Amino acid sequence: MTPFPESDLPIAITMLLLFGAILTIAAGLVRRSFAWPVVLLTLLVVLGDAIAMLLAIVRGGPLRHTLGGWAAPIGIEYVVDALGAFVVVVIAAVSVAVTVYARAAVRAENPDQEVAFLGMMLTLLLGLTGMVLTGDLFNLYVFYEISSLAGYALLAIGDRKAPVAAFRYLILGTTGASFYLLGIGFLYVLTGSLNMADVARLLPTLHNNPALPVAIALVVAGVGLKTALFPLHGWQPDAYTYASSTTTAIIAPIMTKVSAFVLLRLLFFVFGVDLVTRLLPTGSILAWLSAAGIVVTSGMAIAQRDVKRMLAYSSVAQVGYVGLGIGLANPWALTGAVLHILNHATMKCCLFLVAGSVALHARRRTVAEYAGLGRMMPWTFASFTLAAVAMVGLPPTNGFFSKWYLLLGTIRSGSWPLVAVVGASSLLTAVYFFRLLESIYTAPATAKPEAPAGDPEAAMLVPTIALGVAVLVLGLCNSWFVTQVLQPALPAAVRLPGS
Amino acid sequence: MEPIVEPSLRPLIAILASLVAVPLIVASGRRPNLRDTWSVLAALVKAGVVLSMLPDVLAGRMPTCRLWDVSPGIALELRVDALGLVFAIVSSVLWVLTSFYAIGYVRGAGEKKQTRFFASFALSLSSAVGIAFAGNLLTFLIFFEMLTVATYPLVLHKETDAARRGARTYLAYTLPAGIALLIAIAITWSIAGSLEFVPGGFLDRTTASPALLSTLFVLFVVGVGVKAGLIPMHAWLPAAMVAPTPVSALLHAVAVVKAGVFGVLRVTGFVFGPKLMHELSLDACLAWLAGATVVLASLLGLSQDNLKRRLAYSTVGHLAYIVLGAALVNVWSWTGAILHLAFHATMKITLFFCAGAIYVRTHKENVSELAGIGRRMPFTMAAFAIGSLGLAGVPGINGFVSKLGLLTGTVQADQLALLALLLLSGVLNAAYFFPIVHTAFFRRGDGETGFAEASPWMVVPLVVTALFSVVLGLAPDLGVHAWDLAVATASQVTGGALP
Amino acid sequence: MDITALVTGRWPYLFTIVLLLIGLYGMLVKQNLMKKVFGLNIFQGAIILFFIVHAYKHGATVPVLDDISGTDPARYVNPIPHGLMLTAIVVSVATTGVALALLIRIYRTFGTIDEKDLLVRLRDEDPQR
Repeated sequence: MTPFPESDLPIAITMLLLFGAILTIAAGLVRRSFAWPVVLLTLLVVLGDAIAMLLAIVRGGPLRHTLGGWAAPIGIEYVVDALGAFVVVVIAAVSVAVTVYARAAVRAENPDQEVAFLGMMLTLLLGLTGMVLTGDLFNLYVFYEISSLAGYALLAIGDRKAPVAAFRYLILGTTGASFYLLGIGFLYVLTGSLNMADVARLLPTLHNNPALPVAIALVVAGVGLKTALFPLHGWQPDAYTYASSTTTAIIAPIMTKVSAFVLLRLLFFVFGVDLVTRLLPTGSILAWLSAAGIVVTSGMAIAQRDVKRMLAYSSVAQVGYVGLGIGLANPWALTGAVLHILNHATMKCCLFLVAGSVALHARRRTVAEYAGLGRMMPWTFASFTLAAVAMVGLPPTNGFFSKWYLLLGTIRSGSWPLVAVVGASSLLTAVYFFRLLESIYTAPATAKPEAPAGDPEAAMLVPTIALGVAVLVLGLCNSWFVTQVLQPALPAAVRLPGS
Repeated sequence: MEPIVEPSLRPLIAILASLVAVPLIVASGRRPNLRDTWSVLAALVKAGVVLSMLPDVLAGRMPTCRLWDVSPGIALELRVDALGLVFAIVSSVLWVLTSFYAIGYVRGAGEKKQTRFFASFALSLSSAVGIAFAGNLLTFLIFFEMLTVATYPLVLHKETDAARRGARTYLAYTLPAGIALLIAIAITWSIAGSLEFVPGGFLDRTTASPALLSTLFVLFVVGVGVKAGLIPMHAWLPAAMVAPTPVSALLHAVAVVKAGVFGVLRVTGFVFGPKLMHELSLDACLAWLAGATVVLASLLGLSQDNLKRRLAYSTVGHLAYIVLGAALVNVWSWTGAILHLAFHATMKITLFFCAGAIYVRTHKENVSELAGIGRRMPFTMAAFAIGSLGLAGVPGINGFVSKLGLLTGTVQADQLALLALLLLSGVLNAAYFFPIVHTAFFRRGDGETGFAEASPWMVVPLVVTALFSVVLGLAPDLGVHAWDLAVATASQVTGGALP
Repeated sequence: MDITALVTGRWPYLFTIVLLLIGLYGMLVKQNLMKKVFGLNIFQGAIILFFIVHAYKHGATVPVLDDISGTDPARYVNPIPHGLMLTAIVVSVATTGVALALLIRIYRTFGTIDEKDLLVRLRDEDPQR
């Protein structure tokens, strides 16, 4: 049992990350090699905390913590339910994996900026976990901006073109955040409160107010931009391509997914299903834009020759699945969307770790250059194959199951074009992944004298393999997660029958 | 008479036997003898476990193994009924023989990447047995897609441009089929709430509108029909002949294609059922599609000079026999169809084994080159002759028995046109096989004469399978009681009985 | 809802909207990256102004407790938006700082902060675009 009250667990995460970031930079100033152990230690403690938090919630219901003792709704509070706790566990677990990887990767790619990089990484995680944990709309904005600023800094550390991509993202991202801020400004004017639960309670009494649709639209646009929902995704491909491999490995799986989760929170817990589907056809717009996004970006992924850029477009397509599920707003679709948040995080992290390893270790970046690597880096590419097969959605990997639930959701909604989109997208994904796999395993290796053969070192290899295995395990065990964690956390209106 | 459910781990062990062998094979890659021992051992264990369940099934029990849920309400379930046992016996027993044959073949032909070859083989057989024992549609789909993924490296094996094209064609057909099947299963779950196989079907007119049910049937047929080689979805089969002959022999004459027709049997008999199929006229439509395939395949086969491609088209035709029997859904046609699933396997595998032996020994691939080969390889060509006679339906070989069942089935269903079609096909079979035998024995070839058989590793298995065909032709119920199992299934599904 | 009442009663909000649009114009249309940063600042400023305008009450004073106004809430403007906007201003400053740092980096690497020139130089470097 914990020596302190369980309701302190959420705030402990924030505090750990905040002080961890400061300590990392301080330690790094003393001696560069001191920074990394501090980061790893911080994240391990955070992971433990997150798991303890999840277990506490599964046992005893949602946790609430009021900051500074000021009672809600005036004061700011953290509200964590099973779903939020699970997302935090995912964030923590993926970050630990990436941190292990980062040790070698950052030293190889950007050794001079190692300390700043690691500090910014913790700041990013501070922002992202805060977004998930908080129960206050403005507090969400603050954490949103914290994670964004850290993100801009991280994305700027990379190759020569990285600052340009980061700048573009900065302009777009800040615009998005500002839209969100304006949106909650409207909500404040309408309800007088910024506490999520309070606003949720008050909104139904304001059904006919013309300011409400505007508020919803602004908020969705704001969060949607960070989620890289089509067509607000333009910043993502460049940003991911030029950033360093570690940055992409941590941002791609986590940042857009946390934003997607926040979108889900806002739409279903603050605005409510009823409001969202009746007042503005938010759900339909979201679903159709996502569907279009899936098709268009999958097509663009097929056209790419640089592997990281291909994976970046693929990420946008995958977030489209989440958007589609949220937009359809029926129990099966939501289950698929949330499950996909978890699943895509594992798959994409594994893929970007491999892309990074290959770029660093074997000096190859394009699909053509990947030829024949299957023999040279067997373990790395075994994991890659598992993750790729999962992205295509073949059983028994986790990617298959999120597609299964999404398909059930689209069938329930009665929209046959959407059913076709979900089905066809698997095939589009198969085109660019199998093409790559074929090249990796059968083509003769192009000789690169300066690149050593064999798998990269353990620090980079172990997280890759762990994620590859996770892809299978999560697939087979998905039902446990769906029934034990997901269902209890969704509002009753969108739960599966029999939960 | 309902079979009694008997909880048992044996279905699971049968699948795991070769799954466990995969890492063992990969790990002993550098010691070919150890590695090949694992293959053979796994095959023997698998066949042993499968055969051990024969007495149970014959006595009216159904070994069942219910694993955990993979989707809320749907479990990974393994169930051994008569139909599943037939397919499992065919796959696993023939795999024992193929293992020996393959060892001889890859060493004789000097194939590279043998470890990948044997590992993929083991995985494919796990999937095939999983398909056989699947107790519900989702379990079926999981193993069905695993089979596609596991057999892809085998088609790609030679890594030549032709192999790559063949493998791409393979995927281009099987992946969309998988999507169609996935959508069909998702729709079934949505309208019926159950995916468990029930003899006689669990869908009926009250489940949904005729239009939806018919569309659903079409999706199912596309889903399983690609692997079953129904025209126009058959083109992958000749293209897949670029694979080494053991692959063509076991997988593309036995496991993969029989998985397809097995799927057709499951869908027509255990999902839709005779009554519904007749009410919606689905039986007639499918039967005619199968009939068209029979004729077209035979005609196309006549024009092929490459021996394996000719065998491929012959396979397409014979698979259509099974689909025809399944579609007519009466006792005799089902008995014939199930028997043909098993009997065609023994005959076709013999022919492929012969083709492979000829290739390894003489590097000849085309029919036009085979003059006089009967004198040099008498055992091989004798076996070839037996297989050909059986496929043409000559009494004394098992092909005659299954064909008789099918012919009687067409009479029972009042489809005399189809009867004529089947008889015509027998003639066409003779037309494209007998000349080969004639040329081999009675024409003088070029070059040397004198005994020059392939290695015993290859010749012994093909003699054994030829003997199987003869013995089963004279006593169809001998050994594995194929006759009893087929009749039991047919009566259960159709509700009829043999006089 | 007639126009005169809208303009006379709510002109501060209309002004906010105008500022917002100017900011957006700057970000989207202007080629010079520095001008985009200006646009961003104006945009964020407009939103901050929106909150502050909303907090206003006729005849009220700054939200700092003093003896003259006592504890009567109607005598003070709404403090919450002011508090929120203090945070938002800090965020805006931090963002501008990062943006300027990025601009310095870009200028040092490519020698220009004009978007058109920059795209040309990027394309020259990256043959597979």
